[in-house]
Amino acid sequence: MATLSIHAVSKIFAGDTAAVDAVSLEIADGELVCLLGPSGSGKSTLLRMVGGFEQPTVGSIAIDGQDVTRLPPEQRPTGMVFQSHALWSHMNVFNNLAFGLKLRRRPKGEIRDRVEAVLDLVGLKGYDRRMTHELSGGQQQRVALARSLILEPKILLLDEPFASLDQHLRERLREEVRDIQLRLKITTLFVTHGQDEALSMADRIVVMRNGRTEQTDRPEVVYRNPLTPFVAGFIGTMNFIEGKVETGRFRHADFAVDLPVADGPVTLAVRPEALDLVPADGVRQATVNRVTDFGTHGLVDLSLSDGTRIKSLVRRPGPFHPGQGVGLKPRAFAAFRDTVKLYGAIDAEPADQH
Amino acid sequence: MTHRTTRPQPLDVPGILLALALSIVIVLPLLVVGVWAFTEIWRYPHVFPQQFGLRFWAQTLGRPDVWHALRLSLTLATVVTLASAIICLPAAYAFARMRFPGRDILFFSFLAGHAFPRFGLLMAIAAIFLQLDLIGTFWGVALIQLVNTLMFMIWIPVAAFQTVDRRMEEAARDVGAGPFRVFRSITLPQAASTIAAALLLTFVGTFYETEGAWLIGAPGIRTMPVLMISFINNQMVIQFGAVLSVMLWVPSFIALMFARKVIGGNAFAKGFGG
Repeated sequence: MATLSIHAVSKIFAGDTAAVDAVSLEIADGELVCLLGPSGSGKSTLLRMVGGFEQPTVGSIAIDGQDVTRLPPEQRPTGMVFQSHALWSHMNVFNNLAFGLKLRRRPKGEIRDRVEAVLDLVGLKGYDRRMTHELSGGQQQRVALARSLILEPKILLLDEPFASLDQHLRERLREEVRDIQLRLKITTLFVTHGQDEALSMADRIVVMRNGRTEQTDRPEVVYRNPLTPFVAGFIGTMNFIEGKVETGRFRHADFAVDLPVADGPVTLAVRPEALDLVPADGVRQATVNRVTDFGTHGLVDLSLSDGTRIKSLVRRPGPFHPGQGVGLKPRAFAAFRDTVKLYGAIDAEPADQH
Repeated sequence: MTHRTTRPQPLDVPGILLALALSIVIVLPLLVVGVWAFTEIWRYPHVFPQQFGLRFWAQTLGRPDVWHALRLSLTLATVVTLASAIICLPAAYAFARMRFPGRDILFFSFLAGHAFPRFGLLMAIAAIFLQLDLIGTFWGVALIQLVNTLMFMIWIPVAAFQTVDRRMEEAARDVGAGPFRVFRSITLPQAASTIAAALLLTFVGTFYETEGAWLIGAPGIRTMPVLMISFINNQMVIQFGAVLSVMLWVPSFIALMFARKVIGGNAFAKGFGG
């Protein structure tokens, strides 16, 4: 039961530009918020400042309204899970889990019970006597999670905890962690560079770039209504088509659509699932390069005459073949000029196709 | 940790020859000394001793100055090892983990003692010790040994501390351990095997060190190696020196056995950054 307030926090490393630049964020009790961004975007630095491993150059961090900005990590009610799991290899699983409780001078019986309970929680019952190097990567990461959870921290911090695991395991652990987080109702800040992870786990996503927040929203909003071209391109697949608007109509050498914005250059952003392909009708707008059949859907890779590559998601890839000319019919799109959004949402369901 | 394949390796001829040459160069003199220690009569041109016996062992072990020197050497090595651990381990940690002005120069200054002819350095120190009344005293010898051990006890532990995963230390801070507790419960155990190697080198190195011990300790303080040299210099009986030399193998042999058990082969390599 805790809230986390990050207020105008910046971190400037010696002589360098700001790794984190005036970031503010309010996290509600029990919420799971993902910091999502490419490497170097400052997301890990922000997380480490919440954990107490870096000091903000300016700004403040409060947990439950209490300022913790200057507290060392050992005095903060936060629990961190590291990417490299960082288990203490000279201790067995039991001692890894019990270390924090021993520091707090809990009675032996209580320590034993709590270790057993938390191992049960992460699905590793009976593993307490194992050495950490005898565990698989997924098991090690579960122990690392248990080591944080056993102390019942107010805020759980996860620093790309699944990055070193293979895809299959990553997906399973992701669900397990979300289940545990919901069951314990623990306020969680999660750093990742994987959009799948953010979209599938987070209550809210903070998209970061160059130390700044680009957008903070619920996953479906970040996906369907990105506020900047960067967010639009970073989350999911996005087609960007450069063109210009003249008297309320977007014009590209190959095609045009109505776009009620002021005249000038514009970048059109269309999701593959919102871009329908229609028969060319004598006017070839795009040329099919490649068709990929994923079983549930197909992905058609196309070229415009100016070399722009775009993708369209179709229900049935059957009718399309390389070299074919097709017409384009965007059902939903957004328009950006420079980094400013001028128009629209890109929300769309794939339409039925013949 | 390490994975060994059981696949038969092709015969490494140059390697075997090198190993053979090294064993001849190292083992043969040891063997000769070992034989001399148990020899009573061995005259030219005989290849093997004419008479074996323990007469010189009895004579050597019967001398009070031998026992005194052995006790002194063990005490000295222990004291110096402990003292240099207390001085050097925190310093090594600071070198490994902290950034402070003059860090690199200080760090290299520990090499400086080994960059110049040692005897010259020892003479200069002896001149200072003379004024301080440290010549011929236990603590004078202990101090001069510390100069020798500083390099092992700084450079090897620095490498050991640097290889400890910082995330492990941060994880310990995270669950509530203060900096000192992190050092004691996480950093030190993680670096333990390599540091044990450094301690061992320090102990053995101090035990066998001769020049400093002789120059600073004489005439009051006579360690085992110093005694051995005076035996060899003053008496033309080879066996006295041989017996002492065999006796001196014992501590290093014990130390090596201990090292194999506790440390494991790759700790030394790790300590030197391998």
